[in-house]
Amino acid sequence: MGTTAAPTTPFVPAQRRIGSIAAERRWAMIGAYIALAVFVIFFMTPPFHMLMTSLKSSGEIADLSGNPWIVRNPTLQNYWELLTQGNYMIHFRNSIIVTLSTVIISMVVSTMAAFALARMKFWGSATLATGVFLTYLVPETLLFIPMFQIVGSMGLYNNLLAMVLIFPTLTVPFCTWIMIGYFASIPKELDEAALIDGASHIQMLWKIFIPVALPGILAAMIFAFTVSWAAFIYPMAFLVSSDQMVLTVGIVSDLIRADTFQWGKIMAGALMAALPPLLVYAFLMDYYIAGLTAGATKG
Amino acid sequence: MSQAVISPASAVPQRQGAMRRLARRNSTTAFLLTLPLILLILGLVVYPFLYALYLSMLNKRQTRFIGIENFTFLFSRETFWNVVFQSVVFAVSAVLLKALIGFVLAHVLHALPAKGQRKWRGMLLVPWVIPPAISTLAWWWLFDPSYSAFNWALAGIGVDPVPWLGATGWARFSVILVNVWYGAPFFMIMYLAALKSVPDQLYEAAAIDGASAWQKLRFVTFPMMRNIISITVLFSLIVTFANFDIVRILTNGGPQDSTHVFATYAFQVGIQSGDIPLGASVSLFMFPLLAVFAVLTLRGVNKRTKEMS
Amino acid sequence: MAQVTLRKVVKAYEGGVQAVKGIDLDIADEEFVVLVGPSGCGKSTTLRMIAGLEEISGGEISIGGKVVNDIPPRDRDIAMVFQNYALYPHMTVAENMAFGLMLRKFPKEEIRRRVDHAARILDITPLLERKPKALSGGQRQRVAMGRAIVRDPKVFLFDEPLSNLDAKLRVQMRTEIKKVHQTVRTTTVYVTHDQVEAMTLADRVVVMNNGVIEQVGPPQELYHNPATRFVAGFIGSPAMNFINARLEQASGALRIHLPGDIVLPVPAERTSRYAALAGREVVFGIRPEHLTEAKNLDRPHVAPFPAVPEVTEPMGMETLVHFKMDGAEVCGRVDPNAPAYPGQQLPMAVDLSNMHILDPQTGRVL
Repeated sequence: MGTTAAPTTPFVPAQRRIGSIAAERRWAMIGAYIALAVFVIFFMTPPFHMLMTSLKSSGEIADLSGNPWIVRNPTLQNYWELLTQGNYMIHFRNSIIVTLSTVIISMVVSTMAAFALARMKFWGSATLATGVFLTYLVPETLLFIPMFQIVGSMGLYNNLLAMVLIFPTLTVPFCTWIMIGYFASIPKELDEAALIDGASHIQMLWKIFIPVALPGILAAMIFAFTVSWAAFIYPMAFLVSSDQMVLTVGIVSDLIRADTFQWGKIMAGALMAALPPLLVYAFLMDYYIAGLTAGATKG
Repeated sequence: MSQAVISPASAVPQRQGAMRRLARRNSTTAFLLTLPLILLILGLVVYPFLYALYLSMLNKRQTRFIGIENFTFLFSRETFWNVVFQSVVFAVSAVLLKALIGFVLAHVLHALPAKGQRKWRGMLLVPWVIPPAISTLAWWWLFDPSYSAFNWALAGIGVDPVPWLGATGWARFSVILVNVWYGAPFFMIMYLAALKSVPDQLYEAAAIDGASAWQKLRFVTFPMMRNIISITVLFSLIVTFANFDIVRILTNGGPQDSTHVFATYAFQVGIQSGDIPLGASVSLFMFPLLAVFAVLTLRGVNKRTKEMS
Repeated sequence: MAQVTLRKVVKAYEGGVQAVKGIDLDIADEEFVVLVGPSGCGKSTTLRMIAGLEEISGGEISIGGKVVNDIPPRDRDIAMVFQNYALYPHMTVAENMAFGLMLRKFPKEEIRRRVDHAARILDITPLLERKPKALSGGQRQRVAMGRAIVRDPKVFLFDEPLSNLDAKLRVQMRTEIKKVHQTVRTTTVYVTHDQVEAMTLADRVVVMNNGVIEQVGPPQELYHNPATRFVAGFIGSPAMNFINARLEQASGALRIHLPGDIVLPVPAERTSRYAALAGREVVFGIRPEHLTEAKNLDRPHVAPFPAVPEVTEPMGMETLVHFKMDGAEVCGRVDPNAPAYPGQQLPMAVDLSNMHILDPQTGRVL
């Protein structure tokens, strides 16, 4: 019986199965795209609504009769006013100053430390590397109250400089951690070749490690930039006068007077404040993501 | 015939030579290179932490040492227990949702052809890229009591306006929603990286062994990702538990202190009401839980590092 | 250019493990010496101590008559070629080669002259502006050698430079390295685990095992007159056969009694050498090429014996036959046209003028 059935039966189901696999795959794909679309809409709603509101006049915002999701008479009035009046430009400048300083400090401190930790075994180096990672896991909300006292006692209350001093605590540990990983992945023979070629440790770092680990350094830099640009609780706690504020706290403090919310300008200001990280992300996406995921391993 | 001299290990006395001096100079160099990092950790992390411990044992005007009175005072306050409850609810539910959404999105993305993947991934990571203090402003506006665009849309399908931030239950829901919106992309990107690190041959081998799609997920994907899942979850628990931006901007703890988490409550007590010692005690309550999570995360990372190498 | 001398050199790690257990070695000026041995034998450690990449735990190393124990690598005037080439990925070929000279503050024209010269020797002039990523394995190997040549050092050190290349390229680069050495005549220490590389390249081969030197000598000498069982087994492929045997004195003639009751006469010129061993258990060592199908039986010292091959491996120009001699695995090499089939009796012959007699306890060749 088996022998007679053999030539025909396997043939038919095989063909049907091929068809069903293709159909199954097509349905899975359609399902995937639907899921993606739903989440893209969910994820994009706030930025989209932000953009729409920022293009509206205060009259149009206050008008409850229309559809709030679309703009009828787009105007750049809100942007224009932010750029020409008030303290928005000061906040922007302050954010740039603090972020640039933080990035520079973070990169210098963490590159040097990571080089030593990745390549020069010394007393306590393993403990220090672990300590670096644990420090990275300390959230700033745990320390902002004592920091408030410390900053105050240093006379840096309500001073932009305090941010330059404190923000590196948010960036340096993680930057060091991922740079240890990047440096550790450089083959040991490269150091030895450099050593035989006559390089000192500093030359080795400067002429070999930094150029070779440039992608990693870029990833760490992007991380430092985004963290410092987004920092909120320290500016919130330590900066009170508008001329010292950075964007994350400045927008709200200046555009909300008692109960008047200038929503159009708030949204325009928020959108412009979100632009630098978005641009960095758009142009350096691979490095951005590399930095993001590098924390899960040391190498 | 041969010059080989098979001599026993000769004990030549160790010398304090230039190589040794060099080695010592190396460790001096290493110390100098790490000095800024050490100073930063000691001065701006360890010292503030110890200082917080000290502060938490002073009275409000910081004139008198009162031991654990601040802590016992907190224990007697209903608001504080609300904060504990809300922090746990907030962190646990937000992290679970983020993990779930991230897992689903990572899988869906991974199934896409490589070309389209990049574009979708690019869009899906946007919430993570915008600083939360800024994107929460957009949510705040979407939740506005009179102008809420959500309520307008709901009205279109005949649903009554929702008091997004005005009623306890809804306010709790809203802060979690915003946190999920902000954090899910991070989970997605971590899981996607983990998925990509599972070799295709494993799936092919499983397919030949006759595994169904579900069995592949259960027996191949999940074990390979377990480590990264736990690292991400633990890390996110820390960050979410200690969250400040979202609650501060959306509700500032209201209504009736029902959405306060540790950080916002500490801010209100310590900075706004000026009771620094009490504020320090509030934030210190986070420490034990965070320490446990941190140590577990570190263990996960070390394990993953070993697996990857 | 210079000679290299090792005196009682020891490398000990923390915990007392010794990787190198006190070796002595004299390498003459312009000599090409190959350190060979299995992994973990201490050959790489020895090389790295000469380079200054490992601290010397005991003894003395001198280069050009100057003790270098306390001199860092950069001041030893050596150049090294690594297994994975260790080219700086962010520099072009020319920059890679120039780096060492640049750090030593050579004038620009001199650097260019040397790089061009080395590039011509190695035939890599068209590659000078490329990055290592754009090079093939063989080209990278050449650049790594170029980096050594431009420095014009006292000593070249090679650490398994060919192990990352495929078999064909390896043969080609081997010749290349030999040619370069014949051109520049720099004293060279070369580490490999591949005995063929060692045999083909070396003026003298140093066989190492377990942190000690087993034997030093020119390749042919090591092949024909190994000092120990380790050297005899390590050099040559397929490896020498070792068969437990007994020397017997019978009716005035010395004979070797092999398992399977095969009794072979010891050649007359060797009898005096082995006379004292009569009646003792020994190890009989014979290379596969001296175990052939029964032919030339009229030549002196060729003795026949019967065998049944278990496995035959045709190699083209010869066929390897594996058979058992009372449990001992033995390999012979026969003519490809010989009637060697698994399971079929094949008359074999052994060329006793090339036999070795080893002490079963010490492993020394007697």
